[in-house]
Amino acid sequence: MNDEMRASLDHCVKCTVCEAHCPVAAVTPLFPGPKYVGPQGERFRESGTSVDISLDYCSGCGICTHVCPQDVKIAEINAQARHEMKSRKGISVRDRLISRPMVTGRLSAPVAPIANAVLRNGLARRALSATLRIHRKAPLPASARMTLRRWLRGRTQAPAKRGTIVYFHGCAANFYEVETGRMTIEVLEHLGYRVLTPKQGCCGLPLQSNGLFDDARQHVHSLVSALDGAGHGLPIVASSTSCGLMLKREAHEILGMEDATLASVGARTFDICEFLLDLHDHGELPLDLAPIEMTIPYHAPCQLRGHGIGTPAVELMKLIPGVTVVESNAACCGVAGTYGLKREKYDIAMAVGAPLFNMVRDMHPPLAVCDSETCRWQIATATGVETVHPIALIHRAYGLS
Amino acid sequence: MKSLETDVIVIGGGATGSGVLRDAAMRGYRAILVERVDLGQGTTGRFHGLLHSGGRYVVTDPRSATECAQETAILSKIAADAVEQTGGLFVTTPADDPEYADKFAAACLATDVPVQEIAVAEALRREPRLNPKISRAFAVNDGSVDAWKLIWGNVHSAMEYGAQVLTYHWVTQVLRDGDRVCGVVCRDDVHGGEVRIDADFVINAGGVWAGQIADMAGCPDVQVVPGRGVMIAMNHRLVNTVVNRCDPPGDGDIIVPIHTVCVIGTTDTKVDSPDDLPIPRDEVQQMLDAGEVLVPGFRQSRALHAWAGARPLVKDTRVAADDTRHMSRGMAAFDHLERDGVRGFLTISGGKATTFRLMAQVVVDQMCEQRGDTRPCRTGDEVMPTAREGRNYTVGHRLADREGDRLDDPLICECELVTRSMIEEHLTETPTASFDDIRRQMRLGMGPCQGGFCSMRATGIGHEIGALDAARANDRLRLFLTNRWIGLHTILHGDQVHQTVLDKWIFDGTLDVEHLPQAQEAGQ
Repeated sequence: MNDEMRASLDHCVKCTVCEAHCPVAAVTPLFPGPKYVGPQGERFRESGTSVDISLDYCSGCGICTHVCPQDVKIAEINAQARHEMKSRKGISVRDRLISRPMVTGRLSAPVAPIANAVLRNGLARRALSATLRIHRKAPLPASARMTLRRWLRGRTQAPAKRGTIVYFHGCAANFYEVETGRMTIEVLEHLGYRVLTPKQGCCGLPLQSNGLFDDARQHVHSLVSALDGAGHGLPIVASSTSCGLMLKREAHEILGMEDATLASVGARTFDICEFLLDLHDHGELPLDLAPIEMTIPYHAPCQLRGHGIGTPAVELMKLIPGVTVVESNAACCGVAGTYGLKREKYDIAMAVGAPLFNMVRDMHPPLAVCDSETCRWQIATATGVETVHPIALIHRAYGLS
Repeated sequence: MKSLETDVIVIGGGATGSGVLRDAAMRGYRAILVERVDLGQGTTGRFHGLLHSGGRYVVTDPRSATECAQETAILSKIAADAVEQTGGLFVTTPADDPEYADKFAAACLATDVPVQEIAVAEALRREPRLNPKISRAFAVNDGSVDAWKLIWGNVHSAMEYGAQVLTYHWVTQVLRDGDRVCGVVCRDDVHGGEVRIDADFVINAGGVWAGQIADMAGCPDVQVVPGRGVMIAMNHRLVNTVVNRCDPPGDGDIIVPIHTVCVIGTTDTKVDSPDDLPIPRDEVQQMLDAGEVLVPGFRQSRALHAWAGARPLVKDTRVAADDTRHMSRGMAAFDHLERDGVRGFLTISGGKATTFRLMAQVVVDQMCEQRGDTRPCRTGDEVMPTAREGRNYTVGHRLADREGDRLDDPLICECELVTRSMIEEHLTETPTASFDDIRRQMRLGMGPCQGGFCSMRATGIGHEIGALDAARANDRLRLFLTNRWIGLHTILHGDQVHQTVLDKWIFDGTLDVEHLPQAQEAGQ
């Protein structure tokens, strides 16, 4: 275990703030709570042994670490203990599969219509549930017919007027939600940036959250070399909240990586909304935004808290005339990356997200907005409301769509 | 006055006394142990928990080293549940004499103390927080032992052989009939009144108090000098192996992982009274500094609790000085017939927890000899009833237990994972138990919050099940908090300050414990 994280358990005063905020413990007794499995349970763990399977019910949302008034790295301790447990007990085929979006993406992209039809087919989903224990109602994303990288190949870049940026699109924007990737690039180019999109792989986050730390580290390593290789010292913009956080913090804090390139890349990685709001704060964001008359429910994903940047999407959307943003103030949508896909955890994930789903449904909105892709898929599947990245509204307000 | 009759009375409920009780009972004697407070409340309950491989003594006291190696192997079997086989390391830090390592290795061979030199890299792999500047590392069979479990293992075993244990029975007189000791009178501090016990033999296993007891029997000048040692428990296990400095024995030369904590020990200061053991701040600092030599960052880690124990250092001018056989073992057995012309009375003191079984054997052998009985010792061959599952203790065992019952049995002490039913059962069986008695049974209040959250819950349970009325419940709570405070006030820095302030807000601010109704129970 990363010693810095384990040592933080010394700060715990048993105040129970984390337990009171844990969205999972609130809906199921199967999870004993972040304090229990974190600073408390860790004192009973010895390297090489694992006796508390209930730890696996932690969704990894990270709210505990965020709310801890004593700065205990609760979620990080739990993630590392889970990794120890999984490396002892073995990792299922399912967990190995759902933690590799690049592999599943590459396999299904060429046959997207077939793959998507299969995923929409009730029988096929039952089979998936029976064999791989992926819940038949879980929000699996549809594959795009054309990947972002393929789209990039066929286009010419606009000339740069104000500098160069590296775009870290991640797996989701490449294979599943190509629109988000395309719109991010188009907005940045509209603002005058030259956008570099080096060939890049998965950040390793799903591997990490499924306890496959060694594989995750390899992915981080390749990714940071690729991003750094595009141009040393250039700012990097990410449209995936959780993948951006991997580079900013989690690769170091959870995977324990002490890599100079990682440190450099992490320090200049920005969430797209963070980046745009920063431009605005410096008076450099054009405000020729066309009005959109819309009241929009917005959910700040758990991973955004880890960035420690507030809710820049809200500030940005409020710049668009006519837009009214209603914040969900909900703890978590429940999916937590791949947690809510698992058959044994699906009901918990749905119970965690219930207040959010009810809020969205009650508003009958044309759109819902959330920064993180797996959360968007969860919200859309649970509520039937189309859920988009905030960049979609900016894109539209700039007249790009 | 209540009266009882038996073959042997054992005075003192530490490791030695409970070992003597078991040994005597196993040899077929009717035996009663009397202890002035709770079992293991004296020196045995106040050491760092090391089960010696013998490594510490190979150079300075070879005979003790060999005995430790043998006893550790025996105890790991007969008291498996009390022993964690952590293994140990002797490491040469930059502050240690580099010449000592070769002497140490040779002396281990000479004394049959199993040892294996390992590469520094291997030592650091096993214990990643260890000082990376160590130059040599030796693996030995050190372990850690829960002294209280060890005592109860002895006691449960002895009870199966018909022995009896009377705690909170304070010996006020040792009865004489001419040149023979024939019993004791005790004050029952729980129920009140006096108890007279007649016996043909009394064994004084009073440890650091042995001199006072011998005085009562009319055998003066058994001089036991209390050697105060200060120890500090740190919030979590910074090492999972016992780590020793490879240097001649000195202060703060060891860190012992035991249960959820690790303990740095110890200092050694001669004091006047074993009942007055202050914890000087400079000794606390000395221990934290010593920890830093073995584990860099030790000073910044969270210290949970400090305490002082009193080693019994036996000094006897008339017999023990020339009794080199016993002095060399670090233990002292006094044959008062030979020494003072008093029959039916023996004293055993000195020694160390690791060799308690051997000490018991020595003194019970002497008793058999004086009585003219031939009854061989069997304590090393039979497993204690508490250890019959045959599994050694591991730090994760409670977490594993709670995995099975946490949905049905609420946690009362969250830090040490003590459940409601554990406390309820104990209080139902022993309504007179103080919370410190319960603590010694199940570690209530020994974790990071030091009783901040569990003590009020235990108080509520005691009241709810009818074991305590409100005023007594308040008294128990206050006494427990007062006793915890003794070990807290000298180590208040860093993280433990935050905890203590929170606890203070709870008890003073919210509950106003100082002003709750009092029962004025007999204190301890």
